[in-house]
Amino acid sequence: MKRREFLTIPVGALGGTLLYTLAREPFRLEAQNVTQDGNVKIPLRFFTTAEARVVAAACDRIFPSDASGPGAKEAAVVIYIDRQLAGPYGADKYRYTKGPFVESYPEHGYQGKENPRETYHQGIASLGNNFAELPVDEQIRKLQSIEKTHFFQLLRAHTIEGMFSDPMHGGNAGLIGWQLIGYPGPRMSYKDDVDQHFGKEWRPKPASLEQIMRRPGKPWEDEKA
Amino acid sequence: MTNLKPVDVAIIGGGWTGLAMAKEIVSRTSVSVLALERGAPRGLADYAMDMDELDYNIRLRMMQNIAEETVTHRHSARASAVPVRQYGSFHPGTGVGGAGEHWTGMCFRFLPDVFTLRTHLTEKHGAARLPADLAVQDWGVTYDQLEPHYWYAEQMMGVSGKAGNLRGKLIDGGNIFESPRSHEYPTPPLKHSYASHLFEEATRQLGYHPYPTPAANLSQDFTNPDGVSRVGCAYCGYCSRFGCMIGAKSQPSNTLMPVLRKHKSFQLRTGNWVRRIVHENGRATGVQFTDANGEEFFQPAETVILASFTLNNNRLLHLSKIGTPYDPAVGKGTLGRNLTHQVEGGIRIFFDKPLNAFMGAGSLGRRISDFDGDNGLTGSDGLLRYGMLSLNAQGDFPIGAFGAIPPGTTKSNWGADWKAASLQWHDRVAQLNMYGEHMSYRQNYIDLDPTYTDKFGDPLLRFTLDWTDHEHKQRNFAYDLAAKIAPAMGAKIDSTRPSLAKYNVINYQSTHIQGGAVMGATPETSVVNPYLQHWDVPNLWVIGASSFPQTASGNPTLTVLATTYWAANALIGKYLKNPGRLV
Repeated sequence: MKRREFLTIPVGALGGTLLYTLAREPFRLEAQNVTQDGNVKIPLRFFTTAEARVVAAACDRIFPSDASGPGAKEAAVVIYIDRQLAGPYGADKYRYTKGPFVESYPEHGYQGKENPRETYHQGIASLGNNFAELPVDEQIRKLQSIEKTHFFQLLRAHTIEGMFSDPMHGGNAGLIGWQLIGYPGPRMSYKDDVDQHFGKEWRPKPASLEQIMRRPGKPWEDEKA
Repeated sequence: MTNLKPVDVAIIGGGWTGLAMAKEIVSRTSVSVLALERGAPRGLADYAMDMDELDYNIRLRMMQNIAEETVTHRHSARASAVPVRQYGSFHPGTGVGGAGEHWTGMCFRFLPDVFTLRTHLTEKHGAARLPADLAVQDWGVTYDQLEPHYWYAEQMMGVSGKAGNLRGKLIDGGNIFESPRSHEYPTPPLKHSYASHLFEEATRQLGYHPYPTPAANLSQDFTNPDGVSRVGCAYCGYCSRFGCMIGAKSQPSNTLMPVLRKHKSFQLRTGNWVRRIVHENGRATGVQFTDANGEEFFQPAETVILASFTLNNNRLLHLSKIGTPYDPAVGKGTLGRNLTHQVEGGIRIFFDKPLNAFMGAGSLGRRISDFDGDNGLTGSDGLLRYGMLSLNAQGDFPIGAFGAIPPGTTKSNWGADWKAASLQWHDRVAQLNMYGEHMSYRQNYIDLDPTYTDKFGDPLLRFTLDWTDHEHKQRNFAYDLAAKIAPAMGAKIDSTRPSLAKYNVINYQSTHIQGGAVMGATPETSVVNPYLQHWDVPNLWVIGASSFPQTASGNPTLTVLATTYWAANALIGKYLKNPGRLV
């Protein structure tokens, strides 16, 4: 069995106070995983600690934390990606993977044999194990040099997904992504509001699916890969 | 292989068509009906926790498992095909209710001339001026014959809308270009969103005739003629690619199953994958299927109704060796001809104010049909048919809507500048959507792929399909129309014109794949007769959009249901009393 790996993140960097563990029971920052220096240790499902650090740094460049608001770091996007890769999606359980694999027109989409897990392993290797330690400018240049690759296209898409998907998937910590864009989350009814507020910003306070339904979600990544 | 006890009627597929046909048979006769569905049972209770954009809208959790079966695609018969490895341009459903569970709910009647398109175009333009590769044909059934069945389907679902042509009388506020209706819609239109309100004002000001998109998302509580009661829409926006958790969107599970469950003569078995229709001497003897444990069964039946999605209807006929495969080189054979995919596409428009676009409903919107069919077209520029333009307020989701910015705003599509611009434009973007008729062409067809196979090792279906000059003309026409409407709405249109590139399997188009087992007046040009009975095997009926010889501008579900009820009337009224060829 794989040695248990953790990603250590400063509590202050996280937007939320509630994360989820492998077994999906609520995992509070106040618990034993907060170290004395105020860091939180989040158990990883797929990445090694070193890999998670590379991916986290790359997501930071794609969706940076800056003057326009919080980014991938605060939303814990890397945790979202870790769980997606550990689940059926990462293993291509729901992609047609019979051969022969032949290159075709761009109109036929990704025709490769590698699943997202393999694509990430290769992509992380191409960025180098010291990627997280490089100066920001150099990180940006490195990412620009791989912009056209399948790996980068996945990484970009996953970063946006990790920012704005329901927090049961591991990202959008503390609903920080939804707060950033004013998305209220899933709601049972807008019957009284859909034809109101014309031309005016209307931003109800966000809530997650588990919060509005008051029961645990069944995210697809928890299905056996 | 285990032989099972014979049934009167075996239906392949538990979606809209299979269950609608089953309901007609068991409620009007004493005939026993068995429906075989390869997916899982599904219903309201399964949808409570599905308001999740990632799993349902992006990873497409409700669709057929593409790892088990897909289709291959090539642009022309000279190329070799590759598999569609992940869903893109269309989303086949599975499970009880099929794609009718996760559909959007748009409910159109087709124009009368769509059903007689070959005759209509020849009379209007002369045969010599039609494209040489055009394969459109008359259906063998007319709008007037289908009208009562359209009305029957609208009542079953409680379709929300406003009539624009009531028995020939034109009514302002409805679609005055629609086919004449015998009745007003069962329920009034859905509410407006801000964007749909702006679209209606703008198009009216420009002299067009906006109307509410007819919707299977109920505008109010409704009880249908079968006594099935459902609640009105809550505008949560989780329609398309989701099952409705309050049952306001008409789905087979909440309209047909409540009736079917009461009939002892009806049985639905899930997890049973029909692999062949067994036949000898021009007669179907039953179906062969594999259950969830991999065991094989033979189910004998007096009548077989093939009622799955367009793709599987075509594939099962091919795999069962029923009919003559179409050969485009010589124009002979009928099975697989006239493959079409309704021409859809969105054109972005940008506002300087927020739209609160997270609220909406699948079919909430307004549209214009001023150029539907050949309204307002001369044909002199080669544009023979167009369609509709609409503003759909389906409810924006945070992942899908993020990053829609005017082209050229930032150099990169990631990083600080892109993030700031995306935040600035968020909730200030809408789309004008085109819905174009896709005419059928000799070179667009379906057959079996010689290389790729499904999970059982059976050959996949192969699409040979590409856009022609006519669809490019339609897209350009839509853009020019949108460019007039956007400023009247107070918006700027995306400066990028719609792509006129090859057909692609990546971008969602619609799940409106049609044709391949088309209906028509003669066995030389069609697979099924005008009652959807197979020409060669009269105790086999093939229903659904596979029977449409060309597509209309409108989404097909309502016409799929109307033709199913039309076929059911013939099957129950004539065929079951005296089995044999009806034509």
